[in-house]
Amino acid sequence: MKVAVIGAGIVGSLIAREFTKYEIDVEVFEKLPDVGWGITKANSGILHAGYDDEPGTLRAKYCAKGNEMYDRLSKDLNFELKRIGSLVLAFSEEELNILKELEKRGKDNGVKGLKILNRIESLEVEPNLSREVISALYAPSAGIIAPWEAAQAAIENAVENGAMLHLSTEIKNISNENNQYVLDTSNGEFQFDMVINAAGLWADDLAEKTGVKVSPLHPRRGEYILLDQPGVVRTVIFPTPSEAGKGILVLPTVHDTVLLGPTSQDLPPTQKESTKTTFDGLSKIVKSAQKLVPAVNISKTIRTFAGLRPENDIKDFVLKREGNMMHVVATRSPGLSSAPAIAKDIVNDMLGDLEIKKRSDFNPHRAPLVKVIEMSDKERENIIAKNPSYGRVICRCNHVTEGEVVDAIRHGARTLDGIKFRTTAMFGRCQGSFCTVKIMKIMKRELGKNYEEIRKNLPNSQIVDGDVR
Amino acid sequence: MKKLKYDVVVLGGGAAGMGAINGALSQNVSVLLIEREASTGGVLNQCIHNGFGVHVFKQELSGPEYHEMYMEKLSRFDAMYETTVLNVDVKSNTLNTISISGVYEIKYGSLVLATGARERPFEALRIPGYRPAGVFTAGLAQHFVNLENRLPGHKAVIVGSGDIGLIMARRLTLEGVEVEGVYEIMPYQGGLTRNIVQCLDDFNIPLHLSTSIVEVHGKDRLEGVTVAKFENGHPVRKTERFVKCDTLVASVGLIPENDLVNETIELSDGSGANVDDLMRTNIYNVFAAGNNVCIHDLVDFAAVEGEIAGKNAAHVAKGKELPERMGILKKGEGVGLLSTKYTIAAEPFKLFVRVKKPMGTTILRLNDQKIKTVLAAKPSEMIEVKMDPSRYNMKGNLILSAMEVDKI
Ligand SMILES: Cc1cc2nc3c(=O)[nH]c(=O)nc-3n(C[C@H](O)[C@H](O)[C@H](O)COP(=O)(O)OP(=O)(O)OC[C@H]3O[C@@H](n4cnc5c(N)ncnc54)[C@H](O)[C@@H]3O)c2cc1C
Ligand SMILES: Cc1cc2nc3c(=O)[nH]c(=O)nc-3n(C[C@H](O)[C@H](O)[C@H](O)COP(=O)(O)OP(=O)(O)OC[C@H]3O[C@@H](n4cnc5c(N)ncnc54)[C@H](O)[C@@H]3O)c2cc1C
Repeated sequence: MKVAVIGAGIVGSLIAREFTKYEIDVEVFEKLPDVGWGITKANSGILHAGYDDEPGTLRAKYCAKGNEMYDRLSKDLNFELKRIGSLVLAFSEEELNILKELEKRGKDNGVKGLKILNRIESLEVEPNLSREVISALYAPSAGIIAPWEAAQAAIENAVENGAMLHLSTEIKNISNENNQYVLDTSNGEFQFDMVINAAGLWADDLAEKTGVKVSPLHPRRGEYILLDQPGVVRTVIFPTPSEAGKGILVLPTVHDTVLLGPTSQDLPPTQKESTKTTFDGLSKIVKSAQKLVPAVNISKTIRTFAGLRPENDIKDFVLKREGNMMHVVATRSPGLSSAPAIAKDIVNDMLGDLEIKKRSDFNPHRAPLVKVIEMSDKERENIIAKNPSYGRVICRCNHVTEGEVVDAIRHGARTLDGIKFRTTAMFGRCQGSFCTVKIMKIMKRELGKNYEEIRKNLPNSQIVDGDVR
Repeated sequence: MKKLKYDVVVLGGGAAGMGAINGALSQNVSVLLIEREASTGGVLNQCIHNGFGVHVFKQELSGPEYHEMYMEKLSRFDAMYETTVLNVDVKSNTLNTISISGVYEIKYGSLVLATGARERPFEALRIPGYRPAGVFTAGLAQHFVNLENRLPGHKAVIVGSGDIGLIMARRLTLEGVEVEGVYEIMPYQGGLTRNIVQCLDDFNIPLHLSTSIVEVHGKDRLEGVTVAKFENGHPVRKTERFVKCDTLVASVGLIPENDLVNETIELSDGSGANVDDLMRTNIYNVFAAGNNVCIHDLVDFAAVEGEIAGKNAAHVAKGKELPERMGILKKGEGVGLLSTKYTIAAEPFKLFVRVKKPMGTTILRLNDQKIKTVLAAKPSEMIEVKMDPSRYNMKGNLILSAMEVDKI
């Protein structure tokens, strides 16, 4: 039995890993050069508590459940998860009424620990909140992760358990011949018994290619500003939600930076790669964020970026099975939070009637990546004695060592961004102005490449071009 | 964990750090340099252009030549290279390092911070658009060209008119890269006039003032930028113009590097260490010198500051008390930056001043005392003021102001 998973975002990665628990061959296809570089790379990274989603929707079904499953996942796969809690702020009586509705809805959805705080209690939790706040809905189960890290970890673990990963391989077409699915890819043809379409923004197009009708996706852009202002907030701060969505937030990241955003701008279906930031978007973020937390200091900007939500007209996920093919469409927010629960359900559904055994040798653990800066002196001494390159710090902002860069390459990084999104080198306030050359030197040595062959991320993203005479 | 103990520990071996070693060695104390790179020199190593050493060596040297000549002045000192300081504890006078030799705890009598500056990256400007490859800080582009022999691209735009950007405009042109222009959002240049003439004018590279980038194009590699005129801080939409380029070099400011001590050392609004005229910080045995105090135009001033810091650090390490602070210097009208925050004024010292905007004939006053007249004052050119306690009152609250008395 062979299953193909199309897309190595958080959804596809967790589905692939879930399949490797069974006696079945798993292959993952990703058109980009690395795992988790689609929607999963640019979002808020919040494990939502689950009070936002109207009962009856798939969002409500999966969000709180998926959120809870991350505790186990982060332990097994060794990626960072911080349960920092969230606050939805109310600035008026009307907004307070909405908080009360959310609290009730949350209880219906099975969200634990929700509590409405008064003004003083809110300020105790977050001293930097606007003094205009009158009340806040506190959700202790909200958490933050680095979404791409979770996807990388899941894929790595899946590969250790026998899955095969095809990067830079785009599915061009899918046809059905004699109960076999033929995937026509940029790297040749492959045949499978079962296919999972988890292609994010392109899941509707792929479904269409197999003759399955789903409501079409259009991108909704969300822009962000990342700040070097650790400690300005400790929890996720939301405004009261409106028709337009959850609004612009202020939240810490697992890397101790601060994220402001996202905006919410609908784009036509033709713009599924339009991840640019805009003057209006960035100005709006500054205004909205400072309304929640006036202490936000915009001069501490590290960088800006934008992500795209796959939206449809019903504002909900669509899971559509047709034969032995499952389409996971419209993985909008809270898709990240929901992904573990979606993955579990899909694999159960696909394997339901079949007599496929669980593997006895499935190893749920991914070894943690070395992070020298987080070690004690004793641990540092030991690891440097074994491998001195763990003593050579090459990133001054986040104190990443040469040994960690080499590890990232051994774990599959082939580009500068591959290293950045595994080690956090080039992630900090200097944005790589000091360490880029050092990292390229290590890549040259470890990968046998020359400078010209090294890419930032995509195929034409070369850094340098030719000799100085 | 291995332990070491020194009278004076110098953090950073650029011009200021070398100066500090020199100053400390003159007082016969034990000196340890900790440098994260493989050698001394700091930013000098990648500056292969001329213009260093006009004051100290009375000749125009390249960066590496200056480094070499200064090193010859130094007698023996201990050094740990490729070593990063992870934290400084000013209460126990210790710091912790990491390197391929393991981890050390080092106890100091006095500490000199000479950690230099870092470049503000382009990303920090929040300029809209995509985030492709091909965007460099001037220092990174300089490193690729001068030390790795690699071209960043073939058609470049420079954003910001800081000195490194100007120098890179010339360097790239000489290497066959087409430099389309330099774009500066302020109505005046950021770098030295000398560099505008020698790096832009001599090569017919246009400098566009009050102009900046409003959008970055290209998903993989940079494909171009949209530029526009700016009025009152806002882009004027009808002046927008697309410029095709594959390389963007940003020279948009240096930031004093004090991250290691930003919770213990008093910093200025520009994030430089606040020091007195003996280069001492708010901690009695911690001194600072060079670009982590304020960004210097000339290497000589960084080195001289280092010498003062090193010498006084040695005094304190030997148990000598330094004279008390007498006054506090504040920026008055027209002044953008002061190198010194507190005055002891036991002896004459040099104060460096930057004005806020270009002015014609300008008088600098310390409270109501006239201390210097300059014919043309520019933010890009530091004004050096001799502060002589026998001539001026330097006690109490001291406001330093710059007033234009005559247009150019
Ligand atoms: C601005 C924003 C904020 C968000 N905030 C949150 C949040 O805080 N909490 C939360 O729970 N959710 C959030 N979300 C939603 C969450 O990010 C997504 O639900 C989740 O990342 C979707 O993952 P995915 O695997 O479905 O998609 P993706 O990560 O896009 O993965 C799909 C992959 O398929 C690949 N692919 C596409 N077509 C093909 C093809 N033909 N062949 C091969 N590969 C292909 C793509 O390259 C991509 O890597 C947010 C989303 C956005 C945009
Ligand atoms: C491109 C450029 C062109 C210039 N052109 C001229 C010119 O033509 N003429 C002229 O006179 N001046 C010029 N200058 C100015 C002058 O060179 C500098 O002001 C001076 O060299 C700064 O010296 P510094 O010691 O303060 O800093 P740096 O040279 O930056 O030295 C700081 C050192 O500290 C080390 N360090 C930092 N943090 C740590 C840590 N935590 N642990 C260990 N080590 C650390 C760094 O690795 C570095 O070696 C130029 C400057 C630049 C950038």
